[in-house]
Amino acid sequence: MSGGDLQARLLAPSRWRKWEIALWAAIWVTPFAVPQHAALINEIAILALFAVSLDIVLGYAGIVSLGHAAFFGSGAYAAALFAKHVMPDPLVGLVVGTVVGALLGVTTSPMIVRGTDLTRLMVTMGVALVLLELANKFDNVTGGADGLQGVVIGPLLGMFEFDLGARTASFYSLTVLFLVFLVLRRVVHSPFGVSLQALRDNRLRLSSLGMSIQGRLAVAYTLGAAVAGAAGALLAQTTGFASLDGLDFHRSADVMLALVIGGAGWLWGGLAGAIAFKVMHDVISAFTPQYWTFWIGLFLVILMLVGREKLFSPRTWFKNGGAK
Amino acid sequence: MLTLLFDGVAYGMLLFVLSLGLAVTMGLMNFINLAHGSFAMAGGYVLVVLMQKHGWPFLACLPAAFIVTALIGAALERTLYRPMYSKPHLDQVLFSIGLSFMAVAAVDYVMGSSQVNVQTPQWLQGRIEIGAGDTLLGMGRYRLFIVVVCVGLALGLQAILSGTRFGSRLRAAVDDPRVAAGLGIPVNRVFLLTFAFGSGLAGLGGALGVDVLGLDPSFPFKFMVYFLIVCAVGGTSSITGPLVAALVLGIADVFGKYYVPKLGGFIVYVLMIAILLWRPQGLFSRESRK
Repeated sequence: MSGGDLQARLLAPSRWRKWEIALWAAIWVTPFAVPQHAALINEIAILALFAVSLDIVLGYAGIVSLGHAAFFGSGAYAAALFAKHVMPDPLVGLVVGTVVGALLGVTTSPMIVRGTDLTRLMVTMGVALVLLELANKFDNVTGGADGLQGVVIGPLLGMFEFDLGARTASFYSLTVLFLVFLVLRRVVHSPFGVSLQALRDNRLRLSSLGMSIQGRLAVAYTLGAAVAGAAGALLAQTTGFASLDGLDFHRSADVMLALVIGGAGWLWGGLAGAIAFKVMHDVISAFTPQYWTFWIGLFLVILMLVGREKLFSPRTWFKNGGAK
Repeated sequence: MLTLLFDGVAYGMLLFVLSLGLAVTMGLMNFINLAHGSFAMAGGYVLVVLMQKHGWPFLACLPAAFIVTALIGAALERTLYRPMYSKPHLDQVLFSIGLSFMAVAAVDYVMGSSQVNVQTPQWLQGRIEIGAGDTLLGMGRYRLFIVVVCVGLALGLQAILSGTRFGSRLRAAVDDPRVAAGLGIPVNRVFLLTFAFGSGLAGLGGALGVDVLGLDPSFPFKFMVYFLIVCAVGGTSSITGPLVAALVLGIADVFGKYYVPKLGGFIVYVLMIAILLWRPQGLFSRESRK
């Protein structure tokens, strides 16, 4: 095989496929086609962004995190507080939320690069819990259990007001999701992204190749934290509200669920998972609003027993019973 | 001061009984079982139902709670848990979260979402006071009862682990399942028994804790963190580790909530992170574990 062939083959996964372009086109058409569901589209876009951020941490770097909501909630509070006290411009607020998420990621990353899965699980969860307690304690800043109210977000780019129908919000969130997706797609196919996957699969080999494992994990964690912060900021801005809910454990669990449904380890997993999760949520809670977690739980249990990989090869579904 | 210390010890002992099963399954099967709290909740509800609906005496309900949850644990181990042992940790975490979701919703459906209370028997109400002034030690009778029961359990378990044949098999299986199996120890059966016993202990702890911790369908998630802290901090290779960790956690939590009530669990979480940074494998575990 000549050098040129080899290069072409190695670069092949980073090419844009036709179906990817088609899917993005379809995603962009949706808010025009069903403007009455703009609020739902907005929610899905935010959850997708959040799930993609967890995908970097979990799917690519292999860090099992049960506290990813820490960055989501911090980003939300940062954006909301910034809008309330400094300036109402959404784009600047988005940057602030992202930066806060990233800073938190940088400061906590030394804690998660060491230890076993269990330790990491505990530390990530602990960080989220500490933040939750702090947000609860300093209720003069965060509004405590009542949530931070009175957040007014200015018009996007000075032109588009955030309205109740959430049309602006849906386009705003989709744009951010799209841009982040483009950037992350570039990142995961860069040498750095490839080394992350290698690290997830075999740590020992990577370190014997002379690469810094801890450094790579820390960078991936920070990147995920920054994107999660952006997702939180989006939620705070499009709803004009930030609350303790953003830091809660169930948010970390939900996003992990969404990611796993979509499949961790590829960027589309976050998007597909977010859509599937929200649709499932909507459908199930339509007929049993209080007990929908039961069905989600059942789905998870069966999914795990059958094996995550099988979800994507329909041929094997019926051998072991359907996955639903 | 002493009263607080005593309350902390009682709370810690309760946490110890609740999390011991988790520590054993983690050490034995290397399985992260986030659904452990659901067994504790099951035990609590068994106690409530038996006492309120059927008028069983309190002391009879405790063993009943143990047996019922142990049976549930055994059934689940055989059917659902066993295939999960060899899966990656992420799968185990999601699987057990799913189980907890189901347990929470199911209990919510059957028992209602409000907090339930039980009437402890007359002879367990009130408190005993010793000393006066600064050294006043007030012991709630019920808490004293918890401490006595839990100390008895801890001693009994220690005796079983170190003295009996089953105990040595269990320790062998924890240290190295493959070699243990090679020596003819029925590792699967040891797993099953241990899992059932651990679930039963959780059920007993949950039943004992109804009066102290409160019981409602969100119990598994509310206390999951505490169980995990006990296991992560205490390590999973001995009984002493989780015991010390549970006591420290219980005392720290009671003191924290008394002196700085607004910070709530903050102190506990910070303490946990600090300890885990210092000793990522847990306070009392051997360094060489995989």
